[in-house]
Amino acid sequence: MTHYLLSVHGPAERNEFGNYGSKQEMEEAFAATGAFNDKLQATGYWVFAGGLAAASTATVVDGQGEAPVLTDGPYLETKEIIGGFWVIDAPDLDVALKLAAEGSKACRGKVEVRPFDGLA
Amino acid sequence: MDSGTAAVERVFREQYGRLIASLVRRFGDIDIAEEAAGEALVAALQRWPEAGVPPNPGGWLTTTAGNRAIDQIRRDKQRDAKHQAALMQYDDSPHDSTGPIEDDRLRLLFTCCHPALAPDARIALTLRLLGGLSTPEIAQAFLVPETTMAQRLTRAKKKIAAAKVPYRIPETTDLPERLGGVLTVLFLVFNEGYLATGDGDPVRAELTGEAIRLTRILRQLLPDQPEVTGLLGLLVLIEARREARVRDGQLVPLLEQDRAGWNRALIDEGHTLVRECLAINQPGRYQILAAINAVHTDAFTAADTDWSQVLALYDRLTRLDPSPIVALNRAVAVAELDGPAVALALVDRLPLAGYHAWHATRADLLRRLGRSAEAKLAYAAAVAATHNSAERAYLTRKRGELV
Repeated sequence: MTHYLLSVHGPAERNEFGNYGSKQEMEEAFAATGAFNDKLQATGYWVFAGGLAAASTATVVDGQGEAPVLTDGPYLETKEIIGGFWVIDAPDLDVALKLAAEGSKACRGKVEVRPFDGLA
Repeated sequence: MDSGTAAVERVFREQYGRLIASLVRRFGDIDIAEEAAGEALVAALQRWPEAGVPPNPGGWLTTTAGNRAIDQIRRDKQRDAKHQAALMQYDDSPHDSTGPIEDDRLRLLFTCCHPALAPDARIALTLRLLGGLSTPEIAQAFLVPETTMAQRLTRAKKKIAAAKVPYRIPETTDLPERLGGVLTVLFLVFNEGYLATGDGDPVRAELTGEAIRLTRILRQLLPDQPEVTGLLGLLVLIEARREARVRDGQLVPLLEQDRAGWNRALIDEGHTLVRECLAINQPGRYQILAAINAVHTDAFTAADTDWSQVLALYDRLTRLDPSPIVALNRAVAVAELDGPAVALALVDRLPLAGYHAWHATRADLLRRLGRSAEAKLAYAAAVAATHNSAERAYLTRKRGELV
């Protein structure tokens, strides 16, 4: 089994409904994502998942020097950011891609599939 | 290179796809498979020229490479847990295929053609791992520098290993969508064999044979997919003319070939396949190309060719695939029906100045129109755009015949 990061990419700018167009859209996406999470847990692929708060809440820490340097804001100032992610444990890439497609449909965003290094 | 070495390398290349595929199945790692295959080649080069090629060279190479791979994994303490686990799962079953679905090469083919890999990488991997072409040969086929191709292959192999691209035939529900990519790659492998891009052998029968073999297995697996049947029909109808296609080191164009030299068994098989797939009535690119080749191989002499039928088929193909290469081939049929001047006007509009067949077609049309000076220039441009020795020899002769 291999661990994969399924990261959801979406716009950095959020409105009162997160990345969604309306309250109804947001609630539908949350419900579908919740159902997908339940399925991941029931089928044993689940490792961890979560939605992230707005990029503006991020702090970058550089601890390489003598004293850590703190910077407000995300590491990369981009129009698209990671809004949430899953970590799954799947037997191969085909399974991971299928789950990513389901997750993408549920949360209504593009999903990048990336294997973890050395967690076979 | 002496003849003993050449013989070893020929056998090795013939066996390469089977060897790599069985090693990948046993050890679950392409790098280990390639290293072990390379060591088996070194061993064969030391032994065979004196002791002679063994009666079952494929079996000898598989056993030798398998032993080298095990030695290498045991020796190398740096191998990570994954490789140790692969060794522990060592699969000792015989490498002979027990049926179409179990064929190692077919599994490897679906791995090489996986949609998560870049399209260029899919073809390159298939030529490398199943066709046994060297990285420089593939680089030449793609017209990219050798270092670029080496990086492309390395990147694809790393992705297969790290992301765990599976080594198996897709489930029935996924098969149709995965199929298109595999058919494209098989056709390109065949073409590389039928008109080799490099300056070595002009025709690489082991590649055409390998493409046909893999397509046959695919058809056994998917008998109801008309495009698979169409591709097989297309490949055997082209393969049927292979022996007649080169004479005295020169390419012989279709209409000048000695039709007695065509392989009747393959032509009969091809015609049966074409009828079978067209009856399903879901026409596709490969079925139409196969039908065009069926018209050509139906004609007793070149003059008997039913060009209006060929043109009608190209018109159908154009609706599916309006690419300049299809338009170029269609223009050849137009030349037979409406004359070279009409065809030349069509050809001159196509953006194919880097393509040897475009220059060769123009040269032929200009020659037929009596425009010798322009024809000579076009033949020279065609020669410059191809490395294939038989094609160069043919084009050079045609150019020399012009006054």
